[in-house]
Amino acid sequence: MRIVLLALRRLAASLPTLLVLLVGLFVLLQFAPGDTVDALMAQMGGGDPAAADELRRFYGLDLSVPVRLGHYLWRLVQLDLGYSAIYGKPVAEVIVERLPPTLLLMGASLAFAFAGGLVLGVFAARKVGRWPDTVLSTLGLIFYATPSFWFGLMGIVLFAVDLGWVPAGGYEEIAGGKTGLARVLDVAWHLALPTLTLALIFLATYLRIMRASMLEVMTLDFVRTARAKGLSGMAVLTRHVLRNALLPMVTLIGLQAGTMLGGSVVVESVFALPGLGRLAYESVVQRDLNTLLGIVFVSALLVIVVNFLVDLLYARLDPRIVS
Amino acid sequence: MTPPLLSIGDLTVALPRGADRPFALERVALDLVPGEIHCVVGESGSGKSMTAMAVMGLLAEGVEATEGRIDFRGCDLLRLDEAEMRKVRGREIGMIFQEPMTALNPLRTIGDQIGEMFRAHTDLSGPEIAKRVPALLADVHIPDPAAAARAYPHELSGGQRQRAMIAMALALEPAILIADEPTTALDVTTQAQILALIRELQERRGTAVLFITHDFGVVAEIATRVTVMQNGRVVEQGAADDVLDRPQHPYTKALIAAVPSLEPPPRPRLAASHEAALTIDHVSKTYGRRGLFGASKRVVHAVRDVSLSLPRGATLGIVGESGSGKSTLARLIVRLLDPDRGAIRLGDVDIAALSRRALRAQTRHIQMVFQDPHASLNPRHKAGELVAQGLIVHGTPRKAALARAAELFALVGLDPAGVDRYPHEFSGGQRQRIGLARALAVGPEVLIADEPVSALDVSVQAQVLDLLVRLKTELGLSMVFITHDLRVAAQICDRIAVMRNGEVVEIADTVDLFAAPRHPYTRALLAAVPGRHWIPPVPERRIVGA
Repeated sequence: MRIVLLALRRLAASLPTLLVLLVGLFVLLQFAPGDTVDALMAQMGGGDPAAADELRRFYGLDLSVPVRLGHYLWRLVQLDLGYSAIYGKPVAEVIVERLPPTLLLMGASLAFAFAGGLVLGVFAARKVGRWPDTVLSTLGLIFYATPSFWFGLMGIVLFAVDLGWVPAGGYEEIAGGKTGLARVLDVAWHLALPTLTLALIFLATYLRIMRASMLEVMTLDFVRTARAKGLSGMAVLTRHVLRNALLPMVTLIGLQAGTMLGGSVVVESVFALPGLGRLAYESVVQRDLNTLLGIVFVSALLVIVVNFLVDLLYARLDPRIVS
Repeated sequence: MTPPLLSIGDLTVALPRGADRPFALERVALDLVPGEIHCVVGESGSGKSMTAMAVMGLLAEGVEATEGRIDFRGCDLLRLDEAEMRKVRGREIGMIFQEPMTALNPLRTIGDQIGEMFRAHTDLSGPEIAKRVPALLADVHIPDPAAAARAYPHELSGGQRQRAMIAMALALEPAILIADEPTTALDVTTQAQILALIRELQERRGTAVLFITHDFGVVAEIATRVTVMQNGRVVEQGAADDVLDRPQHPYTKALIAAVPSLEPPPRPRLAASHEAALTIDHVSKTYGRRGLFGASKRVVHAVRDVSLSLPRGATLGIVGESGSGKSTLARLIVRLLDPDRGAIRLGDVDIAALSRRALRAQTRHIQMVFQDPHASLNPRHKAGELVAQGLIVHGTPRKAALARAAELFALVGLDPAGVDRYPHEFSGGQRQRIGLARALAVGPEVLIADEPVSALDVSVQAQVLDLLVRLKTELGLSMVFITHDLRVAAQICDRIAVMRNGEVVEIADTVDLFAAPRHPYTRALLAAVPGRHWIPPVPERRIVGA
């Protein structure tokens, strides 16, 4: 129970962060030239100033900044994210439509990066200083240093265009009418390359952390104790080293949840995925303040939830946290 | 004589190329007889732990036994392969280590870790193991064994953790127990209990114990036979009484001579009306406050209403076990921590009431020497700069300060040319001298020494103590000397305050405190000093060349 209490306290402490974030972004966007109505008029191919004023009054854009901020926050407390002028529907609806691809991409990449980094990190640590370790470390550095968009583009050129193994972009076959398992497979097939692109960069970080963490734990006294007990090398590794070495990895998940959302903007753009990242980009271009704030709100919630789960997991793994 | 259970002969262990010496061990020979407690004693780098690890077949990578044999039950352990050696470890030879906190896996329960012994070496069923574990814990006198089995290492005290380690090492009733400095990290009263436990179990089960230590007091307390090692070689071996009271080899003689006697040397009594250099008046400090969201954290009274006075030119010892508040008190005196209540008067100035700015001017009158000579010097600054820093802060031009640093190096017995070297290029004893030079640079009247020799080997410890005493007299310093070691306190302090749980329980002149301790806790502390009945044979102290 104390674990939950601890995590809840952390959760409560993150609420002010959320508020600062939203207010900051709201104010920041006031400095950007043009507003939603300008973007709307541009889409319509122009119009007379009277109509623009009328639209501004309709969307409440003629009010002063503090009043609009106050209105926004008041609605937010009632869990109302507002209305998107550009998409012509409530922001919540827009976001819910775009959430699944991003969540899938993030979750799959994270899982892949974590699992891959874990396995390769353990392997590299066991072969430390020998050639498999050197090769893995070098490869890791290359993946880490390469920009993700380039990776994505090269992946498309090689696997989609030249080899034709996977589609070049999109979330699923448009109007394919697939349902059930067929649809799941279709989506997985479409997401394979983007997931790999996003995961490779993070995999390098996990690999390095896991390797360093393994090497550190292997020098600790209790590992010597375990060997002195007459355990086999494998038993020492799985029962004593691994769980201790995992702790920094778990911390990293929480830290990277935010970075991963940022990375998905690039990857979603490269692979034309209708996700949250791309929605954010489009909202900025179209000065769709409500949608943008909504995305920031949802992303922040996502990061907070991930960190909440990480806290719980960490406390589960390390009994010292609770006391 | 009984045939040896374990016989090490001509054991030579080579270090990897590039190490500071080619061999960690050279032609080491040692016999362990059933039923004996055989102490291997030596200073750091003597190869005593390496010998133990060679027996366990757990030498570090690159370190190899090149010659010799380790005979045990008719086979040479050096010739066994990894799988055969695994059957010896834990089952035939158990081992316990210095630091029971780090030697246990922090993420698994005590019971789980002890049970692992059975799972690794026997076919016992889960319920059978679950029954055996509390029995083992009860055997090492842990209160509430069932709860201890469910506990994680951090939930037990240091002494209980070491008891659990012993229970684990003895789970399969091995013929040999190797104990590598098992009480070094423990408080003196806990140490006494653990030593008693090891002896009790050894007598009851007839286990042969190979006991590695640097502490001659512990040797005197527990050993039946002794092997003295220096630089990877055995220099002396024999029955405990012979080695302790009639040492033959010059190195053994020097080591024993460096052990401070528990008998305080005669010294002039401090007059009651002696002027005080430093007065501590009803000082208190608590740690832990209410958290942000009203979660009340545990409040620890680190220092509780302590009043002490340091007579000018004298040494006031503060003695206590870990958690007694002695280090907190030291930090309060130099205002590294701010006291909650009370006054700390240096002459007429109340340090506790000064602002940060005014305090900086006062710091030149009161300086501190820290315990760990490795951690307390910034590794990225040259030694000379570290010493000169205080002077520069107080307005001395850089050049003059650096020149003064070289003089101070000479004063503390270091080569003045060493000012251009970095801390890691010095040995532990030399580093502690640098720490002392740093403290003396600004010309303090009062020196606060927080366990200044606890991290040092006994021969180096004797040198640093001699230096401290000499400089104190030469420079007319007053000193607060914090230590857990009653032997050191007996030799160096004029007056001693005994602390427990943040309170001073007894304060008396050193001679009186040792001759007639009044408080029960002081008596318990004195009774727990290992080897208290043994009086080192050489009456006058001779300094060993390090």
